[in-house]
Amino acid sequence: MIYDVSIIAILIFIFFVVAVIGLSFYFGKKTTSASGYYAAGGQINWAVNGIAFAGDYLSAASFLGICGMIAFFGYDGYLYSVGYLAGWVVALFLVAEPLRRLGKYTFTDALDAKFDSRGIKLAASISTLIVSVFYLIPQMVGAGALVTPLLGLPHWVGVVMVGSVVIFIVATAGMTSTTYVQFIKGGLLIIFSILLTIFVLVKGINTNPGEDYHKFISINASIENGKVTGISDASYKLLGQHNEKEQTFVKLEKEGINSWWKLNTTGAAPVLEEALSIVDTKDGKKLYNGAPKDARKFFQVGHTKKIVVDGKEVESTGPVGPFEFIRNIESSVIVRFAKKSFTFNDDKVTVFYQNPTSGADLMKPGMYYKIDKGATFWSRLDFISLMLALFLGTSALPHILIRYYTVPSQRAARKSTIVAIFAIGFFYILTLYMGTGAMINGGLDVESSNMSAPLLAKTFGVTLFSIISALAFATILGTVSGLIVAASGAVAHDLMDKYMKIQMTESQKVRYGRIAAVVVGIVAIILGILFQSQNVSFLVGLAFAIAASANLPAILMLLFWKKTTAKGISWAIGVGMISSLLIILFSPTMYDIMGLPPDSAPIPLQNPGIISIPLGFITLIAVSLITKNKRVQESK
Amino acid sequence: MIHKNTVSVEKDNSIKVKAKLGIILFFVYLIIYAGFVFIGTVYPHVLGFKVISGLNLAYVYGMGLIVLAGVMGLIYNFFCTRFENKMNKEEEL
Repeated sequence: MIYDVSIIAILIFIFFVVAVIGLSFYFGKKTTSASGYYAAGGQINWAVNGIAFAGDYLSAASFLGICGMIAFFGYDGYLYSVGYLAGWVVALFLVAEPLRRLGKYTFTDALDAKFDSRGIKLAASISTLIVSVFYLIPQMVGAGALVTPLLGLPHWVGVVMVGSVVIFIVATAGMTSTTYVQFIKGGLLIIFSILLTIFVLVKGINTNPGEDYHKFISINASIENGKVTGISDASYKLLGQHNEKEQTFVKLEKEGINSWWKLNTTGAAPVLEEALSIVDTKDGKKLYNGAPKDARKFFQVGHTKKIVVDGKEVESTGPVGPFEFIRNIESSVIVRFAKKSFTFNDDKVTVFYQNPTSGADLMKPGMYYKIDKGATFWSRLDFISLMLALFLGTSALPHILIRYYTVPSQRAARKSTIVAIFAIGFFYILTLYMGTGAMINGGLDVESSNMSAPLLAKTFGVTLFSIISALAFATILGTVSGLIVAASGAVAHDLMDKYMKIQMTESQKVRYGRIAAVVVGIVAIILGILFQSQNVSFLVGLAFAIAASANLPAILMLLFWKKTTAKGISWAIGVGMISSLLIILFSPTMYDIMGLPPDSAPIPLQNPGIISIPLGFITLIAVSLITKNKRVQESK
Repeated sequence: MIHKNTVSVEKDNSIKVKAKLGIILFFVYLIIYAGFVFIGTVYPHVLGFKVISGLNLAYVYGMGLIVLAGVMGLIYNFFCTRFENKMNKEEEL
């Protein structure tokens, strides 16, 4: 996609980043103890902590990933909203208060409180590191996706920028600054999402999303024996065609510009429908809709083909209420864009063609997760696996869990969780409107599903686009800060201090925490560049699955099963973590990333939770029962 | 062996009753959530049925799960606060 760089966007972006750094610097001066660095001294107000929870949780995955997934696949993206929010029920009812009672600075402290076991310290700290790094990847990918339209910089520059700023923030401040950054950011994110949703509802649904929107054209074609032999528009020249299964793509030329079209034979007469294309030519050029990137021939898409209100077809609905909006979407036909890649005369061609889809199909699951038409046993299992991981993952995320130690009491931990549920739940309801709004208002960049929310804002003006993009960037800064605090805690506090028993003063603990933050930040930068093309919400789903597999069995069984032993916890973390990682490694997505055919992946699951979470529980129970005599002896 | 937590933890006599309430509410929500996943997996077409005011079951159920989480959170907090006030006050007397 080609984006224009806006001065307003750059100024707002710089303002946000400077504000975040300034805040961090201010609080950083006050952080001299380990308690201050890892847990903000345990003195954060519950309401502030609740919104900060929302700030932590509403990461790039929620804002960029979910909105993008809804914009591309409809309700399937919203499944993430439902699952992510449901996870907070587990956190509130089962984990919040007991964990607050057990812990000190980190999740490892809480797990180890009853046993003082080196095995638990080692396993829990490694698990914290791995989950944090997996959660960091999508944040970095989101950062890269944002700076391209905002500042006109390449993806990798965005990743390096976020990494550097956050390393600076965390290395200079810690949990207090992270909390206040998250509080402000969480609040602003919700306010501007409300604004964006209001804009979508006031605009309603139109067959023409706006004056700037590209007017797609169709050309009548004549066919003989499956071959396109002529077209009705003499200004175009027919150059050739490519047949892919039952689809036919036709290459035309006009005024020296080549373009790709899709043959549609479903109507009364065959027509060629205009498509978008990216061509890597055999001589090393990359052409967007037949021209170099700088020619700006590529455009954002997404529109409604047919709108039906109360049984009548209309051009526009006018302003609508939230329920009316969904009802009207369900009775409309929306043009999505499907992707097809093939080789034509040694050129690598990717065509994004119009794919009219019923709104009724888009507003129920099945577009991304195959659970209805074309469903298989594995695709259904994948859906269950995702929903399980989202439900159980939240209360096993180390950077969320450490926020229970920033408040002064159990009651405050509970209340802040409820504030978080309301703030996050409300935001997730808005994602359906923002995502669908992007889908019908030309908010889709066919190259990246992560840009839909900012591009939707762009259709309402550059200022809103700039604020939303800068906010999304600040969202990433905040979430990455929290994750790096959690990861650095795992290294400096859990591994060095508790596991290796390295004698350190308070200031040394903070210093090593900051060094660990720098190292984790650099690793995250590298991985963020490698995973560039993946949807951020999907990547976060993987982090949830690892957290739910490695950490949740240990947390829940420790709290609710008296026969749990230290070895049971260590083994459960290890088995849950390794099994989920192995399943991800041999999944179709990883094969795709590694350049191998996704269909050849030995495990046809995208989400590992359905196998690795029960495996974690079974391991804990089995090992605890085997080692129970030792537990009895220990208690004596 | 229990090694000491350096974060100040207030004495609370209502831990068990709060935990019991939490487990009950968790299972109530779990059943409703599992119902959503079950319908989505086994009878996905049912999620397309119009149920209230022209809105389909997928929308109503999904939105309902989000709203329900908040409502159940308030109920949980209401009872927990009552338990804490009552049981910790009795202890003081």
